[in-house]
Amino acid sequence: MANLAVHEEDVLIKEQGYDDHFHDHHHGDNYQSGFLMHYVFSMDHKIIARQFLITGMIWAIIGAAMSVVFRMQLGFPEESLTWIKPFLGKWIVVDPATGVGKLSPEFYYALVTMHGTILVFFVLTAGLSGTFSNLLIPLQIGARDMASPFLNMLSYWFFFLAGIVMFYSLFLSTGPFSGGWVAYPPLSALPQASSGSGAGMTLWLVSLTLFVVSVLLGGINYITTVLNLRTKGMSMWRLPLPIWAFFVTAILGLLSFPVLVSGFFMLICDRSLGTSFFLSDIFIAGQALDRVGGSPILYQHLFWFLGHPEVYIIILPAMGIVSEVMSVHARKPIFGYRAMVYSIMAIGFLSFIVWAHHMFMAGVNPFLSNFFVVFTLIIAVPSAVKVFNWITTLYGGNLRLNTPMLFAIGFVSLFISGGLTGIFLGNSAIDIQMHDTYFVVAHFHIVMGVAAFFGMFAGIYHWFPKMYGRFMNETLGKIHFWGTLIGAYAIFWPMHYLGMAGVPRRYYSFDTFDAFRHFTEMNKFITVFAIITFAVQLVFVINFFYSIWYGKKLKVKNPWGATTLEWTTGIEPIHGNWPGKLPVVHRWAYDYNKDEREFVPQHVPLKEGEIGDH
Amino acid sequence: MTYLIAFLIIFLLAVIIIQIGKVTELAAKIRGEEEVARQSSQQQGLWLLIFGIVFLIGCFWSAYYYRNYMFGYGPLTSASEHGADLDYIFNITLVFTGIVFVITHILLFWYSYKYREQQGQKALFFAHDTKLEYIWTAVPAVVMTLLVSQGLVTWNSIFPTLTEEDKYLEIEATGYQFAWDIRYPGADGKLGNKDFRLIDPATNSLGVDWTDEYSVDDVILGGTDKIVLPKDSTIKVRITAKDVLHNFYLPHFRVKMDAVPGLPTSFIFKPIMTTEEFRQQLRAYPEWQVPADPNDPEGKQRWETFEYELACAELCGKGHYSMRRVIEVVSREEYETWIAGQKSFYLENIRGTAADPHKDKLFSNEIKLRARELKSAMEAALKETATDADKTIQLKHVFYKTGSDELSDLSKYELDNLADLMQKNAGVRVELGGHTDNTGDPAANLTLSQKRADNVRAYLINKGIDAARLVSKGYGQDKPLESNDTEEGRQKNRRTELRIISK
Repeated sequence: MANLAVHEEDVLIKEQGYDDHFHDHHHGDNYQSGFLMHYVFSMDHKIIARQFLITGMIWAIIGAAMSVVFRMQLGFPEESLTWIKPFLGKWIVVDPATGVGKLSPEFYYALVTMHGTILVFFVLTAGLSGTFSNLLIPLQIGARDMASPFLNMLSYWFFFLAGIVMFYSLFLSTGPFSGGWVAYPPLSALPQASSGSGAGMTLWLVSLTLFVVSVLLGGINYITTVLNLRTKGMSMWRLPLPIWAFFVTAILGLLSFPVLVSGFFMLICDRSLGTSFFLSDIFIAGQALDRVGGSPILYQHLFWFLGHPEVYIIILPAMGIVSEVMSVHARKPIFGYRAMVYSIMAIGFLSFIVWAHHMFMAGVNPFLSNFFVVFTLIIAVPSAVKVFNWITTLYGGNLRLNTPMLFAIGFVSLFISGGLTGIFLGNSAIDIQMHDTYFVVAHFHIVMGVAAFFGMFAGIYHWFPKMYGRFMNETLGKIHFWGTLIGAYAIFWPMHYLGMAGVPRRYYSFDTFDAFRHFTEMNKFITVFAIITFAVQLVFVINFFYSIWYGKKLKVKNPWGATTLEWTTGIEPIHGNWPGKLPVVHRWAYDYNKDEREFVPQHVPLKEGEIGDH
Repeated sequence: MTYLIAFLIIFLLAVIIIQIGKVTELAAKIRGEEEVARQSSQQQGLWLLIFGIVFLIGCFWSAYYYRNYMFGYGPLTSASEHGADLDYIFNITLVFTGIVFVITHILLFWYSYKYREQQGQKALFFAHDTKLEYIWTAVPAVVMTLLVSQGLVTWNSIFPTLTEEDKYLEIEATGYQFAWDIRYPGADGKLGNKDFRLIDPATNSLGVDWTDEYSVDDVILGGTDKIVLPKDSTIKVRITAKDVLHNFYLPHFRVKMDAVPGLPTSFIFKPIMTTEEFRQQLRAYPEWQVPADPNDPEGKQRWETFEYELACAELCGKGHYSMRRVIEVVSREEYETWIAGQKSFYLENIRGTAADPHKDKLFSNEIKLRARELKSAMEAALKETATDADKTIQLKHVFYKTGSDELSDLSKYELDNLADLMQKNAGVRVELGGHTDNTGDPAANLTLSQKRADNVRAYLINKGIDAARLVSKGYGQDKPLESNDTEEGRQKNRRTELRIISK
């Protein structure tokens, strides 16, 4: 107990905590103390969380830089891109007569595909859920670590491996996969169909299969931990909302990712073993293929059976984080805690029976769409409840408008804007016109792209002191917030108009069509803001890494005056989180400004006659 | 060097950013951190309010600014019947969501401003309110029910099941990397079968099964031809793909459907405006009264060059963005004229070639056509003014089995027609002349041509023509019509001729 002086133990925990005989075991503070074991092959959930976060950030920079490159092609098709030839080499095609360099269409599609894959899986799944589930589940439920720290470590390293394989595919001479992040066969199944469907697609499949292993290892750990390792008194109805969100997210992942992998296996068989799960009646590259009887639509069912829950896998953790951050900084309990939990569950359940709303125009029986329309639009109800609850949480508060809170408020705005356009797209009749147009691009980027990022940023700024014992810089944080909010709306709001003008997504150039070519100015505007918004993210990156070493030091354990258990650990929590006993929980997580006390942490016993739940 | 400078600039910017951060942190230390945080909340609250106002105004202003470019507004009304219903649902959804959007955003930003941190301000303990929660669960549920029921009624009406009694034009669109092929059914109104195994890029790019009699009159449009459609007619598009997924997308008609290899899909719609009518509608709007080509201010205006377009809306590879075809909607009468002028792909390109599965049979219209041709040739030959050239008629459809003098089966149609004409013109005497090309022994050719002419004569006699009216003569290779140097020429020289001797 030598470190007790540093990690001052909470008196309440010391007196009333639950003794799980943690220090009877040999691993105390010296556990995994070498650099390699401590920072690289760590089994500590807090280190693994940081590993997920920083890896996710690297991928976010790569993925966002890709979008800047293809936005330059879309916004300024006349301008020469020769200056990035040293980086992109043969993918910049220089017209020998004029010297104007353009992005080759193949690579444009490869960039679009990689941007989607990287952002959806590596950043917003691993980087968001991986980071905060790992960091917060044990800390907020009062556990020493995950149920299986070893599987947790494997979860990160499978993710890392998936990243390595995907990164390698960027440098193939035939280019990375270029058939869209959904990888619909036959385009993805036949190397003849596209140069990216050769080795690029093979590596894409390998990478994502490794990624799914990572998600499953992580998910089963999160579920087990939440169910079994809650500290004494931490009933399910006392869990902070992020934990509910991570818990349901993990269940969604566990149930849906295997279906995706089954689709991937069939695709691998179609590509390598000559089967025809997804192929039929194909004449390509001058040849009729001897592959009949399959259905490309089967793949779409399997893909979207994951794909739709996936968007909730991305947004639920953000919702949980925002609920927590908003409540803490509004100095108010989250409004309608139980309604929030029920709506997380409802959204989670419904997310499994709406997948075919991505396929209204795919050639499935139109009659079937009736059911999917109904289920899809039911999701609007729990989503609306959440929005109303957030707004009511602000009502009557004493709002600290610091960076995490600003991002939480920004999240709500984005979630409203992007969520409402979902009501258009979920209605199959409207989807006839809007499907695969920029309206869809605007919708999902706002609601699950930027909004999820806002949730993630809110979480990073809020829990940075917990992760690194220092604060991030507030001024830079606010520059980051305003730049991102204004930038994101400037990029994606005009895209609604492009979509309403019928402009299809995934077009390398709009000049071929009279109907789509009127928007040169708008496309320039979007590209300029994409570049600005990307630059603003670099402010965040600089702030993040600078603050890790030089940020303002955390001097108190609970800087935000929050109620949840992570703030009862030491300023830099040790392995095992609490030095002595575990805190015992007596109340729910949102006792703010209740009977004259500004906040009452969860491990504070109830006063006489006080009710601990809501 | 450029990169070094760029790197230095980025490095400097990073240093500046860090310094900005440091300065404010130092200032905060001096002025007291809590005080600074509170002041910052005051400021940020105001900024959020200003942002909220500017954002909402911006949303409305930009929507107004682009109204004449968006479908469903200004001149871009739906060019199809069902499209108007779609636009209607879009707009009622827009109204409902717009109300929610505005109210929630006003509350969000107003509350952020109003309840920003103040010294001495205490937050409410307001954890839940069952009544309020019931209300805002019920209201979205009711609105959703309205929108869903409206939507589904429209959706199901857009996908009717057409029966035999319904009058509609079924055409077929086939997507492939990176273009569309369009097939019309021809006079029989039915598209023939096709099979991807029959595809031959040179002669049969769609893999149409020519053994299916419905395919014989099918019209296949060339690569850049306009797709012509009749106004006010129900059109069913059968949508297929050859290689990967495509999507048949007609933005002006609110039509969109994936083209799936191995699974034909379809979309039914009714154009309600001709291209010309749509142009006239555009004409009234200033956005469309500008030169179509900015470099040519005297040229046509944008509305004049307007065309309906077909695009691909499912990623299909590197040329996905270029699968354009023009659609022209015309009146029913103009359409009838146009389609009558289109030639059957089979008859133009396949009939009589090696790929023709019907080589040994004639279609009834061909039989009629041949009878008509022979009759008019005969009439011309029998006129008072007929020249010697008129009096010689090529029996174009009389053939013999290769190297033999035996008549081919299909020759009998021509000879039967001839027998009929001989019956009708009882006084006419004719000579049947056999001719060969110059390959082989001239003497043998002479014998062969004589035998062939004899066989024709024998056939006619058998049909009841008086033998005295028929003379048969073999000319061998001596009277070529064209040069024997080419296969084409030789083919023309191998022939049977009819010459009127007397009337």
